[in-house]
Amino acid sequence: MPLSPGPVLVLGATSAIARSVALALAAKGCSLVLAGRDEPELERIKSDLEIRCGVSVSHLVFDAEDETSHKAFWAQAEVDHGPFKGVVLAFGYLGDQQRAQEDWGEARSVLERNFVSAASILHVVAQSMETRGEGWIVVLSSVAGDRGRMSNYVYGSAKGGLTIFLQGLRSRLQKAGVHVMTVKPGPVDTAMTFGMDRLPLLADPQTVGKAIVAGLAQGKDVLYVPTPWRLIMFVLRSVPEKIFKKTSL
Amino acid sequence: MLPEKQAVKDLAALGGWGRYPLADTRAVRPERARGLTPVGEHCLARGLGRAYGDAALLSGGTLVLTERLNRFLAFDPESGVVRAEAGVTLKDLLEALVPRGWFVPVTPGTKNCTLGGCLAADVHGKNHHREGTFSNHVPEFEIVLADGSRQTARRGDDLFWATAGGMGLTGLASELTLQMTPVETAFMRVRHTRSKDLDRTIELLTDPGHDARYTVAWIDCLAGGRNLGRGIFMAGEHALRSEVSLRVANPLSVPFRRQKPFPMDLPGWALNPTTIKAFNLVYDWAKGRRTEFVCDYDQFFYPLDGIQGWNRMYGKRGFLQYQYVLPTATAREGTRLVLERLSQAKKASFLAVLKRFGPQGEGWLSFPTEGLTLALDIPFSDGLLTFLDELDDIVLSHGGRLYMAKDARMKPAVLRSGYPRLGDFCEFKKSIDPEGRFDSDMARRLGLCH
Repeated sequence: MPLSPGPVLVLGATSAIARSVALALAAKGCSLVLAGRDEPELERIKSDLEIRCGVSVSHLVFDAEDETSHKAFWAQAEVDHGPFKGVVLAFGYLGDQQRAQEDWGEARSVLERNFVSAASILHVVAQSMETRGEGWIVVLSSVAGDRGRMSNYVYGSAKGGLTIFLQGLRSRLQKAGVHVMTVKPGPVDTAMTFGMDRLPLLADPQTVGKAIVAGLAQGKDVLYVPTPWRLIMFVLRSVPEKIFKKTSL
Repeated sequence: MLPEKQAVKDLAALGGWGRYPLADTRAVRPERARGLTPVGEHCLARGLGRAYGDAALLSGGTLVLTERLNRFLAFDPESGVVRAEAGVTLKDLLEALVPRGWFVPVTPGTKNCTLGGCLAADVHGKNHHREGTFSNHVPEFEIVLADGSRQTARRGDDLFWATAGGMGLTGLASELTLQMTPVETAFMRVRHTRSKDLDRTIELLTDPGHDARYTVAWIDCLAGGRNLGRGIFMAGEHALRSEVSLRVANPLSVPFRRQKPFPMDLPGWALNPTTIKAFNLVYDWAKGRRTEFVCDYDQFFYPLDGIQGWNRMYGKRGFLQYQYVLPTATAREGTRLVLERLSQAKKASFLAVLKRFGPQGEGWLSFPTEGLTLALDIPFSDGLLTFLDELDDIVLSHGGRLYMAKDARMKPAVLRSGYPRLGDFCEFKKSIDPEGRFDSDMARRLGLCH
């Protein structure tokens, strides 16, 4: 699928992965609209992308957690900057598994920010793109959503829900000529993971950003980055539950 | 908005680029501009860790890694003035701005260094005799001080001249403004001239008839006797459009080269006088063969950047860099003595580079002063530290000083006699950082404001 130069909306644009995806898209000549909560930071990323890549970039304040605002946000963004050729959904919240087990507030927050908020904005975007009959959507899910593990099943279940939501959405929008790509990164070297020990195959954000844009151009449905995670998760999913439950993964 | 969570990472046996000495330390890595703030009792900014010795190490303290604070903030294509966060590298600048006709005003031998690091070491390049140090092209910068406040430093402020060359001890540089240099192409017009001995090498470096914007001489420091100080003088100018082959469709673009990683740590004996002699023969043949040619800027400025982690060539024990400057009046005599000692002691240096410095800048601890500077890479071996102490005596008795960004071993007295404005620096540091929050292993070793 060739990348058309039309504007791309990046939701959750201040994360390290979002920034590297934006950079890789800008390097291909896409103009960008960055959306997130942290306005001063959005302004910095905007000028960075403009100077590095010579593309036009705008920014908008967007609160993923405020689902009631999503419909109006999208409508206004389409009027001011659209119609969008593509949407990248990059917001998420790792949270703390231990805390989530003790404190329902934390667990709920992880579930809402990774699944409910994402589904809410996708609900709006999907309707609009379906009517228009063109566009693409890239969503950052996680390898954590491929199998529940005791060390992060709250986050994993939210991402797993998101993955299944996207499977259905892909099938639905495919009929309208809209492409949906699910990205499942392994651990990435960001603020989320800095200082954690023994992370296998830790990927740097630049590599992930480039791989996502390359996967999109190839029209991939599901993209594991780095690639070995496809095999690792296949093996992990194949372990029978009787055995898996005894591990402390 | 919640303040950014500062996760802390333990870094065991961290080194500088020379991999000597090593230190156990911790690090934070802010991802957003406002996350740049002093942490803990003692801290220090670290960019890409290209200082050779212990300048960016802090045992038991916290390093603030600036690599993720790398946003371009403003660029004026008319004037070539750029503003960026301190973690932006020279490589970033070159990739973004050379295609628009702007080159970095001053560059060391690697482009893998951050703007913050360039300011802290007040780096110089092959054009020092004409354009001075890095800070000479910085109209202003912003810095986070020990109390967490942000201040803009302009030329003329004490804060500016204490920070330029101040090795990170005044604070955490956050944003810099830099005046870039206009170029017509990404290419260099280069002239190589063989020199038979030291007198000829110095003549080539100082004679206006041979001068160019960028000059440097490679020295074969295994040569002794009549041939002492022989080498190759290299002079470069930014090539004009008319000087680049018409086959080059876009003269402002450089072909992308994949970096080749250096495959392993070589064993300690791999670099010895015999192998270095062989290298020197080949290098001399290869460089002296071509006298006038055009090459791209990577080939001229950054030959070593093509090999990722080339420092592994020196093995696990690492290596020491040694760089001094001597005033014009004593430079010839002093350099002759140093080269004689090197040649006698068979302490072969893989890279020996002689260069002329122009007038001294205003940075209080900035290294370059008018005269000649010699830089050496020497593989670590037993007896090397004593040997370098002897070289220090030669340098000091000829009125010279050593470069802190390359140093891992000089004694406090050597620093004191080389840098007369050290007292002003420490007095000023005390006024803005009374608790000595910004610190480094180098500062502790040298008794710098301790």
